[in-house]
Amino acid sequence: MSIEAKNEFKPKIVAFCCNWCSYAGADLAGSSRLTYPADVKIIRVPCSCRVNPMFILRAFEKGADGVILCGCHPGDCHYSTGNYYARRRMTLLFSMLDYLGVENGRTRVEWVSAAEGVKFSQTMNEFVEKIYSLGENVRLGDLRCRN
Amino acid sequence: MQRIGVFVCHCGSNIAATVDVKKVVEMVQMEPGVVHAEDYQYMCSEAGQAKIAAAIQEKGLTGIVVCSCSPRMHEATFRKAAERAGLNPYMVEIANIREHCSWIHKNIEEATEKAVILARAAIAKVNLNTSLKPGESRVTKRALVIGGGIAGIQTALDIADAGYEVDIVEKTPSIGGRMSQLDKTFPTLDCSACILTPKMVEAAAHEKIKIYTYSEVEKVSGFVGDFTVDIRKKARSVDMDKCTGCGVCQEKCPSKKAPSEFNRGLNTRSAIYTPFAQAIPNVPVIDRENCIKFKTGKCGVCSKVCQAGAIDYDQQDEIVTEKYGAIVVATGFDTIKLDNYDEYAYSQSKDVITSLELERIMNAAGPTKGHLERLSDGKAPKEMVFIQCVGSRCADNRGKSYCSKICCMYTAKHAMLIRDKYPDVNVTVFYIDVRTPGKNFDEFYRRAVEQYGVNYIKGQVGKVIPQPNGKLLVQGADLLDNKQILKEADMVVLATAIEPNPDVRKIATMLTASIDTNNFLTEAHAKLRPVESPTAGIFLSGVCQGPKDIPETVAQAGAAAVKAIGLLAKDKLLTNPCTAQADELMCNGCSTCANVCPYGAITYETRLVNDHGIREDRRIAVVNSALCQGCGACTVACPSGAMDLQGFSNRQIIAEVDAICR
Amino acid sequence: MQELINRIKELLADGTVARALGWRAGDLPYNPEPAYFETAESLQDFVYNGFCGANLSKYMIEASKLEGRTLVCLKPCDTYSFNQLLKEHRVDREKAYIIGVGCKGKLDIEKIRQQGIKGIQSISGAELTDEGETLTIQTIYGEKTCAYKDAMLERCHVCKGKEHKIYDELIGESKDTKDAERFAEVERIEAMTPEEKFAFFRSELSKCIRCNACRNVCPACSCRKCVFDSVKFDSSQKANVDSFEEKMFHVIRAFHVAGRCTDCGECSRVCPQGIPLHLFNRKFIKDIDELYGEYQAGEDAEAIAPLTSFTFDDAEPSIVGKRG
Repeated sequence: MSIEAKNEFKPKIVAFCCNWCSYAGADLAGSSRLTYPADVKIIRVPCSCRVNPMFILRAFEKGADGVILCGCHPGDCHYSTGNYYARRRMTLLFSMLDYLGVENGRTRVEWVSAAEGVKFSQTMNEFVEKIYSLGENVRLGDLRCRN
Repeated sequence: MQRIGVFVCHCGSNIAATVDVKKVVEMVQMEPGVVHAEDYQYMCSEAGQAKIAAAIQEKGLTGIVVCSCSPRMHEATFRKAAERAGLNPYMVEIANIREHCSWIHKNIEEATEKAVILARAAIAKVNLNTSLKPGESRVTKRALVIGGGIAGIQTALDIADAGYEVDIVEKTPSIGGRMSQLDKTFPTLDCSACILTPKMVEAAAHEKIKIYTYSEVEKVSGFVGDFTVDIRKKARSVDMDKCTGCGVCQEKCPSKKAPSEFNRGLNTRSAIYTPFAQAIPNVPVIDRENCIKFKTGKCGVCSKVCQAGAIDYDQQDEIVTEKYGAIVVATGFDTIKLDNYDEYAYSQSKDVITSLELERIMNAAGPTKGHLERLSDGKAPKEMVFIQCVGSRCADNRGKSYCSKICCMYTAKHAMLIRDKYPDVNVTVFYIDVRTPGKNFDEFYRRAVEQYGVNYIKGQVGKVIPQPNGKLLVQGADLLDNKQILKEADMVVLATAIEPNPDVRKIATMLTASIDTNNFLTEAHAKLRPVESPTAGIFLSGVCQGPKDIPETVAQAGAAAVKAIGLLAKDKLLTNPCTAQADELMCNGCSTCANVCPYGAITYETRLVNDHGIREDRRIAVVNSALCQGCGACTVACPSGAMDLQGFSNRQIIAEVDAICR
Repeated sequence: MQELINRIKELLADGTVARALGWRAGDLPYNPEPAYFETAESLQDFVYNGFCGANLSKYMIEASKLEGRTLVCLKPCDTYSFNQLLKEHRVDREKAYIIGVGCKGKLDIEKIRQQGIKGIQSISGAELTDEGETLTIQTIYGEKTCAYKDAMLERCHVCKGKEHKIYDELIGESKDTKDAERFAEVERIEAMTPEEKFAFFRSELSKCIRCNACRNVCPACSCRKCVFDSVKFDSSQKANVDSFEEKMFHVIRAFHVAGRCTDCGECSRVCPQGIPLHLFNRKFIKDIDELYGEYQAGEDAEAIAPLTSFTFDDAEPSIVGKRG
């Protein structure tokens, strides 16, 4: 690998998307050819409430630079209440990460419906831009000086 | 170790133009578990599926990954193909390299790299997949229709004619709905009651149909094929079995000041009432808020005059619990409130009315016995102005963004009827666009203009100002002539936007059916599954799904009925195997999971557990897999990680995370 | 203490309880340990003094499986843990006979040592019947004194109060020893820059030797099988092998007990490395109080936990960035 290539930061971004809304929103963004950077990789989950905070911590520990969770708008959960639980869990998790000194902005929750292809693409563009501005995630990978 | 086959689809050039599919095939071969990889033009085609089947058999594949379009598109297709080749359908995973990759990226190198990573994630997941087998659940051969308007009646009739029991739950004292309030119908101008009442009678007389009027759905539990519904039969204060429908009580009732709901509040009714003469059932209800007996304890006239002894002041609400296999929502619509449209002076002048109020005025059984007259002074109008799109196609958030769809046609109908019956009345219609798609619709509108001389002006009305002489000054614009128009009118009719019945949000919540921002129920697919809700077993009939006229409503009602019949005709249903399961050795029995389950699918039992030789009674969570819909809320709530979701297990998702982040 | 011992003897003798769960004197004056007592004779080792910090409610999980009732001595703050375990069906109320024992604050031997008091031979002033004002310590270097307050565990400075939340009978007087703000330390960290926060936690967490003492003592960490010992999360390997467990253990543990942790402070008390582990749990408690309304786990056995409930207008996760 050349030195230039090494210096070029390519973020790893994991997007957990609810099967019923944001995953379909991402499909719509695709069929509408609304681009966003290839750094974003989507994992399909049945509902935002399926996302265990452990998955997010795992992603960071394995080298992710940003993790975003997309679910149905509050009130529109396919399972009626899942996103409300997800909202509390993620709020507390993000607050804890902030408390640990992990830069705010590496985590995000966005409610994107199946009809919101434009919003999906915009959200991903914004999020990727934010991660580029934050640079490589060092802190969560190095929470204990053991590496 | 799995033996995994990876199939990379070109999707013509949809994928192959941006993703180097050969490179993907080459790269995935290095992944653990992969024993076969190939690419093909169209994997979903007959030939593509044959390739998958051949590889499964020849290479003894235990799992496959298809790199193609969205799983929402073809996951079912590939699962079926795998199943035909003898592989468990849940051993198939899709890497979405079209919608999530080739269609949104331009750089071939980047897109190819991403496609490889997406494929790796799917491979990592398949490595941990296990064969899943759908469970079976029984089907209760009875349908519930919520709403007794034309949509509900038609759906119920169609289901009943197919030989299944149907219950209709109607909130008001009679079935009939909005259609019963209409005078004539477009584009044929036949009388609404004349075509609706026979259907009402047919429904009431049908041996398979049971009608609960003055009743509301209170609680819904269960799932497709096996819903349990609590229906609240509100106290009618009249014994349905004893009442003969003679109507004497209504005549003698001394309290006659309640606004008539049926006549949109344009006149009043007695406290004991049937909404209209042809009501079904022809049994009155006592409106307890307006009844003197209920307010003061003194009166009791109706009880005295009732020869049948049907009046029962002590009647209580009754909860009926029934089981259903399918539920059809047909809750219909109402016109929007005009609070945000003060400029049209609706609240200031009795002569500014909505189109639905005009229907009642034009109707022989209405407040004016069918005479067109001003409600302020009873005079016959000479100049009438119709304003279109009041609250529809609204750019700001005062009204609705959508087109209410029926207004252009009924306004043409009103204009034509008025010009026909009262040729000396001038009729002017202000419109944004005239939209008349539909069989014989444009011809109908043209007749209004050409034959009946209705004056159509393209432009919006800015303001309606009541004048001291009782007239209404209409300030509008003619966009075609590009000039301001001032017109003195005797009556102004507002084509008020329609919106779903406000109760529908509550009902949708009970049914866990999704609803859009305008409160219309969402269909499972906008084009291909228009009468099904995404929630299995829930079907949509009529305007609750979107604005519709009567012919469309009846057509959709029939379609919803067919879908419900298709479900009821089955003896057993296969259930989604991607349900939660508690590991009995890890479960603490702490009850946290049951607290977050929206389906009440989790219960606890104490059973003997053998934990590596320690045999003891433990409280363990048990998931009813027929009730579980697989959301996964419990898996995260579970403190011990005992609860896991089949098909989306902790290990599977972590494997995907690891594959993407490595 | 004698009143307590006498009562335990009575209850053992009349068959009300089959055993008693209390503290037995250790080999040093300041290290009593939890113990079962089944006979009157065995009670001669029984102690209850300022060093009996151990929260015995977790032992009731196992004791609930034993024949007969178990008498358990619970301090006011321990009763919160018991209630929480009751709520989670981990303990059997019928199997417990709870004596709410008085408490005037529990002591931390490290705090005494930090004052330069070494070579301790005996300590007086730590009995419940004492005023709880001054400790007199005999050392090999002579007699030393120390203010009781200055030797108290951190948790006692933010005492939840002298009221027992669940009990069958009460013995001994209690004192509310609160003299500090519960969230002051959390707030101090919150006010730091991200760099300072990270430096603080990294230095604390780097001390961890993954001995599992915090997990083993924690009444909320009572899972039959810990997720960190489970193959289901691919995090089952031991420390220094799996980097995920290694790095995220305390964060995940705090999340697992969020909304269930009563803030009993046992984790910090037992940590051999002196990591202020309660700062993780207390951060969640503070957030829950601020965002979803005040909630004290274990206050009663009925209340709906914050993470298994919601309101339609809960704060969005983006509030974290906005609070600054």
